[in-house]
Amino acid sequence: MSGERLLTIKNLSVTFGGLHALKDLNFHVDEGEIVSVIGPNGAGKTTFFNMISGMVTPTAGDIIFRGESLLGLDPNQVTARGIARTFQNVRLFANMTILENVMVAQHCRTKQGLWGSLFNTASFKKEEEEIREWGEHVLGFFGSRLIGYRLEQPASVLSYANRRRLEIARSMATKPTVILLDEPVAGMNPKETEELTGLIGKLRSEWGFTIVMIEHDMKVVRDVSDRVVVLDHGETIAQGSYEEVSTNPEVIEAYLGRPAEEAS
Amino acid sequence: MSATMEPTSDLLGARGPLDQDWRKVINYGLLTALVLMFISLANMPVGLDSRKIIEPLLSMGYISLLWVPAALGYAVTSEKVLEGMVAHKKGARELVAGLIVGLIGGGGLGLLIVLIDNFDLRDPLVNWSPQLLALLTFDEGIGYGVGFWLMAGAALGLFGGAAHVVSATVRKVVAAAILWILAFSVFETVISDISEGIQLEWLADELYYVRGGLSQQGAVGVAVVGILFALFGREHVREAKQSFQSLEGEKRTRANAIMLGSCVVATIVLPMVLGRITNELLANVGLFVLLALGLNIVVGLAGILDLGYVAFFAVGGYTTAILTSSNRGESWPDWMPHTHWFVALIVVVVFAALSGLFIGAPVIRMRGDYLAIVTLGFGEIIRLLFLSDWLGGFTGGAQGVTNIPGVDLGFVEVKGTDPRAIFYLVAVFCAFAIYVSWRLEKSRIGRAWMAIREDESVAEAMGINTVNAKLLAFVVGAVLAAFSGAIFAAKVGSVFPTSFIILVSIVILVVVIVGGMGNIYGVIAGAAVLIGVLGGPKQPGLLAEFSEFKLLIYGALLIWMMLKRPEGLVPNVRRSRELHQEEFLQDAWLKGHVDTDDQDELGDEGGVAPA
Ligand SMILES: Nc1ncnc2c1ncn2[C@@H]1O[C@H](COP(=O)(O)OP(=O)(O)OP(=O)(O)O)[C@@H](O)[C@H]1O
Ligand SMILES: [Mg+2]
Repeated sequence: MSGERLLTIKNLSVTFGGLHALKDLNFHVDEGEIVSVIGPNGAGKTTFFNMISGMVTPTAGDIIFRGESLLGLDPNQVTARGIARTFQNVRLFANMTILENVMVAQHCRTKQGLWGSLFNTASFKKEEEEIREWGEHVLGFFGSRLIGYRLEQPASVLSYANRRRLEIARSMATKPTVILLDEPVAGMNPKETEELTGLIGKLRSEWGFTIVMIEHDMKVVRDVSDRVVVLDHGETIAQGSYEEVSTNPEVIEAYLGRPAEEAS
Repeated sequence: MSATMEPTSDLLGARGPLDQDWRKVINYGLLTALVLMFISLANMPVGLDSRKIIEPLLSMGYISLLWVPAALGYAVTSEKVLEGMVAHKKGARELVAGLIVGLIGGGGLGLLIVLIDNFDLRDPLVNWSPQLLALLTFDEGIGYGVGFWLMAGAALGLFGGAAHVVSATVRKVVAAAILWILAFSVFETVISDISEGIQLEWLADELYYVRGGLSQQGAVGVAVVGILFALFGREHVREAKQSFQSLEGEKRTRANAIMLGSCVVATIVLPMVLGRITNELLANVGLFVLLALGLNIVVGLAGILDLGYVAFFAVGGYTTAILTSSNRGESWPDWMPHTHWFVALIVVVVFAALSGLFIGAPVIRMRGDYLAIVTLGFGEIIRLLFLSDWLGGFTGGAQGVTNIPGVDLGFVEVKGTDPRAIFYLVAVFCAFAIYVSWRLEKSRIGRAWMAIREDESVAEAMGINTVNAKLLAFVVGAVLAAFSGAIFAAKVGSVFPTSFIILVSIVILVVVIVGGMGNIYGVIAGAAVLIGVLGGPKQPGLLAEFSEFKLLIYGALLIWMMLKRPEGLVPNVRRSRELHQEEFLQDAWLKGHVDTDDQDELGDEGGVAPA
């Protein structure tokens, strides 16, 4: 199922003050894969995403995306290369409408500047139309939840689950190759979780996205991932298929036996 | 939840007149006394006495005192009725509270009279003066003064309290009479100007006393018209507004076009019927509208708090001055031409854009407070550069640049002595600025600015080059400010470093905030109210007598707005949402617009049954 090598993480480390948030992470993602990153709270998972997306600079190591290093790039350049992300603590543009949230995410894929905006040129109108269409298209991924009358509502009126969905839609709108999902089902009820698990699968099968996902819900991890990486205190303690890591004694210890219980 | 949904249906009975929150009443009374003393010692009664409201009964000086007991007498018993709370019926209790508040306030002023009479504190308090004493006692002696203020305070406090008790109609009638009289008095110059312009001098003569102030029959007439309008006219206005807002599609576009057309016609026709002074005022308002629209792009849309915005105004002013004046700094080589204003304008655009980039580049990576402080510094640096010995040969130092010609249009020269022409010139540039703001706001660039304002790091992670986007906002804002500077130079005929002090930045920011950040109409309304009525940093407004107290009133207004209406006079929908997040959510919830959970949408498959 896996194709071309997309992302290679080499000896990636970062320290905050004296704290080694991440130590010597080695890791790769191939095109079309769904890879999960798991680990107890504070293991360094979100920090890892922050480094890929250019928001945190690693102290050592390298991140290679399609043969080129991402080090030193600004977050917007990383997004432009095709890596989009969601945030663990949902960070939407709360006072912009739902449609605007997905429209603004296409910024790096569009180019109309002052001239087009001021003179309402034909190419400006065409681009606006395309932005709008693509925005509605990605929102449609979640059925009727985010479209219709919702389009013009501010993101702040959405329910928690719908905010998470909009975050995913916004990352899809940037037309990425890889999507980094930071705890996509956190705070959702079992029903919603099940539905979203299905959708994550579709992100790959129907939309062709490659996915790296941080998740605490082991059922979701088991259902969607091709491979799992386990972090603890910034160190990689296991990599492999879900079955392999879930039976790994070190992982069980890190989780105080939780995954073993759930897997059974 | 169900029983309390209609709080108006069952009011609790009125509370007894002595069933007061005594601590609050006393506090409000003392506050009234303090405010009255402060206003007196800030010299407002004496300073504003020359401005008559109704000749010879009432001057602005007395108004500056009289509103206090009334307002606080009202405020002491007003309470927020929250969702689900049941309000008490209003009655004697409110009257008594207002009366006591007013009485204590009046007592404070009485105390001040006695103190002024017996002690001389002129040394630290410059306004501790016989004039103040004379004004407060009406030249009738201490006893009369103290007695008067006790009674007046009590009466006004009672009046304030009564506002809770009387029916809505009575309230409407009284408020209309007061507002109309005040408005006609404030807009005296404009109204007499217009009536002269349309050959109705007799009306102005009837309304106004020769040396200013409404005549008594004028005041009565105005009050009657106001009351009639409040009773019968306002409904129609509201209906018209609603039917306008409910228009859709084709009709809406047409209605908008008509509105726009009438605004344009009014802008063209109005100055024709207005006189010199009023046109001068309009021209000043226009200059500040232009500045405020520019700053609105920077602060309102992109969320960059630029406190040094005057720098770009200065760049526009000085560039125009140096290029067009026959009396610029002596260090310029002879071959440097004296250009036409329009040629200078092209250079102004280039220089403004460059200065936007130069000032923007170092500060743009900073955020929030840091950025605000650094821009504040840059604003001063630019002014000091123009003043410095180093550039003095080019900019004239403290002497500035004089002899700046007007704008020669061939058939007419637009210059300061013809404020009407200046106003037309400003209006054209304001129209341009409005167009630019309107187009950008709903474009890709505008969306990027909004996203940056909401959350800069997320905006960047979503692929927006925040540095470029913010620089663009800086440059667009800079160019608009520089336009204003260019017109300013041609209008005034000279530029000095003192024309570009930090106060200008602050006034523009206050205009934007008070008007309504992020809203074009709001910005225009803010400029009209603040610059037109109160006056700009150096330009007198309609209430020219206020110039001494302008900053005090600006400050008070700003504080009051921040507390009561942070979204400004004409709010931007988004911003008021931001500022009233909770109320907004509650309203939306009551209307059923917030999805508190997903089940409502999932229909039959919804509802997670507990295991
Ligand atoms: N900017 C920062 N400065 C200092 N310390 C940080 C910073 N960001 C993260 N940390 C620390 O790094 C460690 C790893 O944090 P991180 O957010 O990556 O954990 P996580 O695995 O995502 O945990 P969770 O499951 O709770 O989301 C934590 O101890 C955190 O406090
Ligand atoms: Mg995390």
